[in-house]
Amino acid sequence: MSNSTVPRSRAEAKKTEAAPRAADAPGEGPEKELSGKLSLRLRFRRDRTLILMTLPAVALVLVFNYIPILGNVVAFQDYDPYVSDNGFIAMLESPWVGFEQFQRVFADSAFWDAVQNTFVLFFLQLVLFFPVPILLALLINSVIRPRIRAVSQAILYLPHFFSWVLVITVFQQIFGGAGIIAQTLRQRGYEGFDLMTDPGIFKFLVTAEGVWKDAGWGIIVFLAALASVSPDLYEAAAMDGAGRWRRMWHVTLPALRPVIALLLVLRVGDALTVGFEQILLQRDAVGPGAAEVLDTYVWWNGVRNQDFGYAAAAGLIKGLVSVALVLAANKVAHFMGEQGVYKK
Amino acid sequence: MDKAAIEEAAREPRWWEAPPRPVWEEEPSKAGVAGKGIVLFGACLAVLFPLWIVIVTSLSSKKTITEAGGLVMIPKDITFIAYQELLSGGQVTRAAIVSVGVTLAGTLFSMTVSVLAAYGLSRSGSLGHRWLLMTLLATMFFGAGLIPTYLLVQSLGLTDTYLALILPSAVSVFNILVLRAFFMGISPELIDSARIDGAGDWRILWQIVLPLSRAVVAVITLFYAVGYWSAWFNASIYLSDQDMMPLQNVMIQLVQKQEAPVGVSQAIKTGQISGLAIQMAVMVMALLPVAVISPFVQKHFKKGMLTGAVKG
Repeated sequence: MSNSTVPRSRAEAKKTEAAPRAADAPGEGPEKELSGKLSLRLRFRRDRTLILMTLPAVALVLVFNYIPILGNVVAFQDYDPYVSDNGFIAMLESPWVGFEQFQRVFADSAFWDAVQNTFVLFFLQLVLFFPVPILLALLINSVIRPRIRAVSQAILYLPHFFSWVLVITVFQQIFGGAGIIAQTLRQRGYEGFDLMTDPGIFKFLVTAEGVWKDAGWGIIVFLAALASVSPDLYEAAAMDGAGRWRRMWHVTLPALRPVIALLLVLRVGDALTVGFEQILLQRDAVGPGAAEVLDTYVWWNGVRNQDFGYAAAAGLIKGLVSVALVLAANKVAHFMGEQGVYKK
Repeated sequence: MDKAAIEEAAREPRWWEAPPRPVWEEEPSKAGVAGKGIVLFGACLAVLFPLWIVIVTSLSSKKTITEAGGLVMIPKDITFIAYQELLSGGQVTRAAIVSVGVTLAGTLFSMTVSVLAAYGLSRSGSLGHRWLLMTLLATMFFGAGLIPTYLLVQSLGLTDTYLALILPSAVSVFNILVLRAFFMGISPELIDSARIDGAGDWRILWQIVLPLSRAVVAVITLFYAVGYWSAWFNASIYLSDQDMMPLQNVMIQLVQKQEAPVGVSQAIKTGQISGLAIQMAVMVMALLPVAVISPFVQKHFKKGMLTGAVKG
């Protein structure tokens, strides 16, 4: 990062003749000192193109990520969408109710069911999903034929790019009541089954779909970490008499440890978000009792039942807890000496 | 040693042969190799087998499908009748055109905005650089929530327009960070020499930075395109007109809710085509573009993912 700054300012100094003459002298200090001597007006003139280039993205983010934060005020209102065709005016005209919506949310047993489902799903994914990419990466890393590695990686990456609609449909055609397994069983005279509408195993089904879609994609990061291990370490370990498993334990796993720790921390920070689209698509088939998570709860009450104030209150609770979790997770990541999502 | 033996020892291993092992590494046991092979083969099969069934069933005649008791595993008398029926106008044809249109327009828009922003933010020390970057970064930590976003899109009058499928999710901050990290890795001397030769920022971006970043640009383009192609949620809440629905939403209706597509239902009723073949053909249409394009970009994945994920 820092090495790109020095030449830039020096070149700029030549072009704009704005920087002090000392800038041309060899062995000049870092950018910070130079830019400190440039007036704000000159810096703006130098960088206006760069700022202009950034503006469209910033504008989009302001409109679609920042302005809606203000819209969370409907959580404190008895929002009535029929006051006006324009949602903004309806927002201004709707009566304020204080924390009434939040009290309603906390009093609703369906909300607590959604909380419970969210956490159960999160833990299932942590235990059954999280280790799979690591194991797959170790497996692929131990394959030394380049062609086999490349082909199997290409195949395993593929499902990541399929839409959830497609993934769920594929599962339905195989495990559903009219699916290929149930059909075959019935033809042979056994009883069929329908895994797709069974509330009892729904959470495992969701986890399995996640593994099918994204476990292959998850190996990229681990493979990169493994590729960065120096072969000398393996050789030295072998010279010291470490067998295959000892080398795995003392060389390979330590190389993976920071990546595993970081991804684990980040996943925990994101605990309240478990497969919104995926679950929404299957919610009707198994019923909200087993399938409702916090995100679908908000969608159901807000978009479907048009109870905007209530749904916004539920969404706000989820959002606030999520932010707290993400920030805490990043703190932990920094504590462990990792970068986390942002730098310290 | 004669010449042939030396050449034999020096040649590159054929693709089915293992490259030479370092001397210190022990030969793997036969059982170990077999076990690894089985697990890896099984994992690949778990990905490919469902796709195989979907493709083969979509190409089968009604008779074959009935004989197989539903889904076909071994192809017999291949026919393209389901595709002909779907693509000869009607609901699915329209949905496919909508999806292609939204994907092309959306990807072009997203890439333009993202590349510009990434380049604009790639020169540290420029005025306002930290503030602008922070504005984008902060959105990675919180979302406004579904309901306020929904109300905003409604207030802007975007409901029932295709813009509602593009604008709300047009920029991904993660993708901008990946591009930015890559742009920052380009040799600064190169950019400086261009600047001394009189090139402005637009010209540097277009003639130096972009040509050097083909790999990462390809990866991010694929990410955006897949995002637009796979999206169904925005359409389901912002569009009410059935004729505007993209392919994914039509697939939900056809396959999950078991409705026959408008325009083809007659052919299914009269028994000309199997309804299952139609469903599978729609699925193939949804997966084909992605499955065909992503392997070409895949060799760049690692680079792209890592520069973005680690440097922030």
